[in-house]
Amino acid sequence: MIPTTYYLALSAILFSIGVIGVLVRRNAIVIFMSIELMLNSANLAFVAFAREFGTLDGQLMVFFVMTVAAAEVAVGLALIVAIFRSKASIDVDAVNLLKG
Amino acid sequence: MLEILPLILVFPLAGMLLNAVFSRWMDETWIAIFACGASGTAFVIAILQAIALSGNHFHVETVLIADWITIGNLHLPWQMRVDTLSLTMMMLVTGVGTLIHIYAVGYMRGDPRFARFFIYLNLFITMMLVLVAADNYLMLFVGWEGVGLCSYLLIGFWYDKGDNGVGNARAGRKAFVVNRVGDMGFLIAMFLMFGAVGSLNFDDVLYFFEHNGVEVAGLATVVTLLLLVGAVGKSAQIPLFVWLPDAMAGPTPVSALIHAATMVTAGIYIIARSAPIFALAPVSQTTVALVGASTAFMAGTIAVTQWDIKRVLAYSTISQLGFMVAAVGLGGYVAGMFHLITHAFFKALLFLAAGSVIHGVEHGGHHTHDHCDAQDMRNMGGLRHRMRITFWVYLVGAVSLAGVFPFSGFWSKDEILADAWNVGVVQGHWHGVAVYVLLVLAAILTAFYMTRQIVMVFFGEPRSSAAEQAIENPPVMTTPLIVLAVLSVVGGALNLPGWHTLGHWLEHTHHFFHGLDFNLGVALGSTVFALLSIWIGTLVYYRRPLENATAPDQLEGVLGPVFRFLYCKWHVDELYSKTIMALYEWKARFLAFQVDWYFWHDFVHEQLIASAFRGVTVVLSGPVDKGVINPFFDGMAQLVRTFATRVLRPLQTGYVRNYALGVMLGVIIVLGMIFVNEGM
Amino acid sequence: MTISNLNLVGTLPLLFLSAWACGLLLVDLWIPGDRKHMTGWMALSGFAITFFWVSSNLGQREEAFGGMLAIDGFSNLLHLVFLGSGILATLLALNYLKQHDIERGEFYPLMLFSVVGMMIMSMAKDLIVVFLALEMLSIPLYVLVGFARTRADSEESALKYFLLGAFSSAFQVYGIALIYGATQATGFAAIGDAVAISGASPLLLAGIGLMLVGLAFKVSAVPLHMWTPDVYQGAPSVVTGFMSVGAKAAGFAAIVRIFFSAFHSLAADWAPVIVLFAVLSTVIGNVAAISQTSIKRMLAFSSIAHAGYVFVAIVPGGYGALSDFAASAVIFYLAAYGLTNIGAWSVVIAVDHADGMGSDISNYAGLARRSPGLAAAMTLFMLSLTGLPPTMGFVAKFYVFRAALAAGYTWLVVVGVVTVLISAYYYLRVIVVMWMNSGDGQVVTPRALNFTVGVTAAATLVLGLLPGPLMAIVESSVRGLF
Repeated sequence: MIPTTYYLALSAILFSIGVIGVLVRRNAIVIFMSIELMLNSANLAFVAFAREFGTLDGQLMVFFVMTVAAAEVAVGLALIVAIFRSKASIDVDAVNLLKG
Repeated sequence: MLEILPLILVFPLAGMLLNAVFSRWMDETWIAIFACGASGTAFVIAILQAIALSGNHFHVETVLIADWITIGNLHLPWQMRVDTLSLTMMMLVTGVGTLIHIYAVGYMRGDPRFARFFIYLNLFITMMLVLVAADNYLMLFVGWEGVGLCSYLLIGFWYDKGDNGVGNARAGRKAFVVNRVGDMGFLIAMFLMFGAVGSLNFDDVLYFFEHNGVEVAGLATVVTLLLLVGAVGKSAQIPLFVWLPDAMAGPTPVSALIHAATMVTAGIYIIARSAPIFALAPVSQTTVALVGASTAFMAGTIAVTQWDIKRVLAYSTISQLGFMVAAVGLGGYVAGMFHLITHAFFKALLFLAAGSVIHGVEHGGHHTHDHCDAQDMRNMGGLRHRMRITFWVYLVGAVSLAGVFPFSGFWSKDEILADAWNVGVVQGHWHGVAVYVLLVLAAILTAFYMTRQIVMVFFGEPRSSAAEQAIENPPVMTTPLIVLAVLSVVGGALNLPGWHTLGHWLEHTHHFFHGLDFNLGVALGSTVFALLSIWIGTLVYYRRPLENATAPDQLEGVLGPVFRFLYCKWHVDELYSKTIMALYEWKARFLAFQVDWYFWHDFVHEQLIASAFRGVTVVLSGPVDKGVINPFFDGMAQLVRTFATRVLRPLQTGYVRNYALGVMLGVIIVLGMIFVNEGM
Repeated sequence: MTISNLNLVGTLPLLFLSAWACGLLLVDLWIPGDRKHMTGWMALSGFAITFFWVSSNLGQREEAFGGMLAIDGFSNLLHLVFLGSGILATLLALNYLKQHDIERGEFYPLMLFSVVGMMIMSMAKDLIVVFLALEMLSIPLYVLVGFARTRADSEESALKYFLLGAFSSAFQVYGIALIYGATQATGFAAIGDAVAISGASPLLLAGIGLMLVGLAFKVSAVPLHMWTPDVYQGAPSVVTGFMSVGAKAAGFAAIVRIFFSAFHSLAADWAPVIVLFAVLSTVIGNVAAISQTSIKRMLAFSSIAHAGYVFVAIVPGGYGALSDFAASAVIFYLAAYGLTNIGAWSVVIAVDHADGMGSDISNYAGLARRSPGLAAAMTLFMLSLTGLPPTMGFVAKFYVFRAALAAGYTWLVVVGVVTVLISAYYYLRVIVVMWMNSGDGQVVTPRALNFTVGVTAAATLVLGLLPGPLMAIVESSVRGLF
C-alpha cells in the first residue's frame, strides 16, 4: 500500500501550485482554477487520511467540498462574465477602480 | 374594588400621553374624546371607590403602587390613600373637571394649540389626583408642584398675547414665583416633620402629634404656621394672593378648573388633612382664621371696583377661599369642606358662564369688526336677551354665591358664619368675633358686587356694537353650564341641617371633623344682609345704568379716592414692588456688582488668581509647552498621519493579486508565529 | 445517528428561516417587477418571526444533528445579532434598491440564506459544519456585493471579494484536512479529547494556523484585511452595512467556539497569534482610517480596527475560568458594534446619492443644519464607535478591556486605549464636519431609514446608559458553556 505520506506530499505540492497560480496569474478564470486546485488538494488530503484511519468523516467532507466548489463556480463564473461584459477583459489587473 | 384606585391616575395620564403622541394625526373631535373620556373614566372610578369605601364601613385603605425612596430610615412609597376626605376631593376634581373638559371642547374650538391645551388639562387632573390621593406629605408635594406646573403652563397658554405680547407669559411667571414662596414654607414644614417623626406618612405624622399632645405643641405651632405659608401661596391668601387675579390671563376653562374649583383649594385641603396638628396649635389656628377672614374682606372690597368680568370673579374667588380658610382655622372643617364643594360648583359655573359671555361678545365683535375688550363689563349690557341660557345660569351662580336661600352657597356660607358665631360669641374668643364681623362684611360685599356684575353684563342697553351682536354658544358649552347650575342649586343638600350628610361622611376620616347645629339667628341675619345688599346694588346700578362704555362707575362719584384705592387693589402690587422687589433688586445689584463683579471678578479672580495663573502659564506655555511638549505631540500626530498617507494608503493598491499576496503574507505570519512560538 | 438525536425541534427556527428563504425564491417569481418590495416585506416578516422565536427561549442548552450543532445561549444571542442586522438591512434595502434602480426580488432570499449561514456558523460544533456555514454565508454575499451589477465598482468589489474569499477558504479547507489528519476527528469535542491526550503536533499546529487564516479573513483581521476597504466601498451600502456586522460576527462566533472548546488546551500556541491580530488590527485599522477621505473606506478601516478589539476580548479565552467572561465580552461587543455600525451605515445611505456622489466626508458638511436629527444620530454613532460614554460602544470596550486585564494583558489594554485615542481623531472629524462646517446637499430619508436610524440610535444610547440587564442576560446565557 502506498504510504499516506506520499498522498500528503502530492497534496501539498498541488496546494502550493494552486497558491502560486493565484499569486502570479492575471486571468481571472485561471486564478479561479488555481483556487479549485487548492480545494482539490485538500480533498486529496481528506481522502488519504480517511483511508488511513478507516473512518468515513474525511470522505464525507470531500463531498461537501465538491458541492461547495460547484456552487462557487456558479457564482464565480457569473461574476466573471458580468465583468467581461462591461470591460471586455478578464484581466484582474484591469479591475483597479477601488484603491487607497 | 379599592385595588383599582391607581387606575384613577392611569386614565388621565394615558389620555395625556395619547394626545401628546398621536394628536398630530387626529382631528379635534378625537382629541376631545380622548381627553374628556380620560377625565370621565377617572370620575367613574372615583364613584366606584366611594361605593367600595362605604361597603367597607369607611375603613381607611391605602394602596401601595411602588417604593419610591428608601434611604436609611427614610422610606417613602408611592402610596395612595382612600378615605372620605380624599375621596371627596377626588370626586370633586374629576366630576367638575370632566364638565369643564366638555365645556372647553367648545371654548377652545379652532385654537391652533387645541391638543396642547387638553394635554395640559389631563396632566393637571393627574397631578391634582396625585395631590389628593397621596398617603404622605412628599407625594402630596409632588402633586402640589405638578398642579403648580400645569397652572403655570396654562396661565401662559396664550403666551404670545397680553401686554406687549408678553403679558400672559409674565402672569404665568408671577404665579410660579409667588407660589415658590409658599412651597418653601411647605418644604421646611416637611423637613421638620421628618426630623421629629422620621416619616412623612400621614398616619405616622398625625399619630405622632396626637400621641405626644402638648409636649410637641411648640413644634406643632411652627409646623402648622409653615404649612399655612404653603396654603397661603396655593390658595391665594394675604399676603400672597397677588398672583391669582393675573392668572386670569389663562383660557377661561382653566380659570374655572384650576383657579376656582380645584387647585386653589389645595391649601384648605392640607390644613384639613393636618387637622390634628392644628388642634395642638391654637396660635396657628387663630392666625389661619384671621388670615382667611381678612382675605375674604379685602378681596371683596377690590371685587366691587373691577371692570374685567373675570377679575371680579377672581377676587371673588380669593374672598371665598378666605371664607374656607377662616372656617378651617376656626376648626370648622366640615363647613370649610362644604363651602369648598359648593364653591367649586357655583364658581366653576360663574367662570364658565363668564367665558360663555366673553365668547359670545367676541363673536359679536368679529361680526361687527368692533374689537373692543370682550372682557370689560363696560362694553357689555343687555345681554340677557341675546344669551338666554347663559343669563339664567349666571343668575343661578350669582345668587348662590351671594348666599340667597335656598341655593347651595347659602347653606355652606351660613355654616361658616355659624362656626364663627360659635367661637366668637358662644365660646367668647375675641378672634371669633373679629372673624365673624369680617366675614359678614365680606358676605355683604359679595352680594353687592355680584349684583353689580349681573346688572352691568345682562341688563340695560348694549354699550358696544359687539354686545349688540353677541350670540349664544353651542350646546357643548351650555350643557355643562346647565349641569353645574343644577348642582349649584341643589348642592346645599349635601349637608342640610339635621342630616349633616357631609359631616358624617367626613367624620370617618377624622374625629375632628364634625358638623355644627343650625343657627337660625345667624342664618336669618346673613339672609337679611344679603338681600339688603342686593337691593342697594340694584338701586345703585339698575336704576341709573352706565351711560356708555367710558362712563365712570356710579360709586366712583360717591367714594372718590377710596374707590380708586380699591380699584388699584389696595396698591399691594406696588407695595411689593417698592418693598420686597426693590429690596431684592438692590440686594441682587449689590451682589452682582459690588460682590461678584468688583470683589470676586476684578479683585480675586483678575488680580490674585488670574495674574498668578498667568505667570505660571507663561512659563508653562512658553518654554515648556511650546518648546517641548507641543512639538512632541504635533510630531507624533504628523508622523501617524504621514505613515497612514505615505505607507498604508499605497499598500492598498487595488490589485487583487497584491491582496492575495497579503493573504499569503498572513498565512506565513500566522504559521511562522505558531511554529516559532512552539519551537521556543 | 438516529432520528432522536437529530433534534429537529430544537433547530426549528433555523429550519423555518431556511424554508422561508426557499419559499420566497418561488413566491418571488409571481411578484411583478415593480412591486419587488413585497418580497422585502415578506423577508422582513420571516426575519422578525425568527427573531422573536429565538428570543423567546434564549436559555436553552441542546444539541442537534448528532452533536454537530449546538443550540445554546451563545448561538441564540448571536442569532439575534444576525437576525437583527438582517431586519435592519432589509428595512434599509426597501428604499435603497429602488432608489439605485437595482430592485430585484432575489436580493431578499439571498440575504435570508446568508443569515441562515451565519446562524449555522454560530451553532457549529464540527469543522465540517463550520466550513459549510462559512460558504453558505459567503456565497450569497458574493452575489449581494455585486448586486449593483451595472456599476463598475460593485462588480469590481464582488470579484475581489469572491476571489480572495475563495482563496482564503481554500486555506481553511486545507487546515481542516490537516486537523482531521492530526486528530482523526472533525467534531470539536472529539478534537479536544484527542488534543488533550496527544498534545500539539506540527500537523495540527499547521492545520490550526491555516484554519485561523480562513476565519480571520472573514472578520478582516490585519494582515488579511486588504479586501475590506475596496469591498465596503464598492458594494451597495445596504450590503456593506449588513456584512460588516453579520459576516464579522459569524466569523468571531466560529473562532470562539473552535478555540475555546476544541483547542482550549493549546491556548499557549494560538493566543499569541490572536494577540498579534489584535495589535495589528487595532493599530493599522485606526491609523489607516485617518488618511481616508471617503466615509465608506473610513468605516471599512474602522471595522478592521473593531475586529481587533474583539480579538482583545478573545485573548483571555485561553485562561480557564475566564472563557465565559471572554465569550460574553465578545457577544456584547459584537452587539454594540452591530447596532452602531448599521446605524452609521444608515446615515451613509441617507447622504449617499444614486450617482455615487456624497460618500466623501466633506459631503457631511452642514448636515447638522440640514437634518439635525440625522446628524445627532451620526454623532452618537461616532461617539459609540470611538467608545465614549454614554454610548453602548463605551460599555462594550470597557468589558473587553476588563476581560483582557483579568487575564493579565495590561500592555494589550494600553495598546487598545492608545488606538482608541487615535481613532477619536477620525471619528470626531466627522462630527466636526457635520456640526461646524457649512455646506449643502440633499439627504434622502425615507421612513424606514428614519426608523432604522432611530432604533439604532436609541438602542446605542439606552444600552449605553443601562447596560446592566443586557449584560446580565449575556452572562447568564453563556455561563458554563466554554
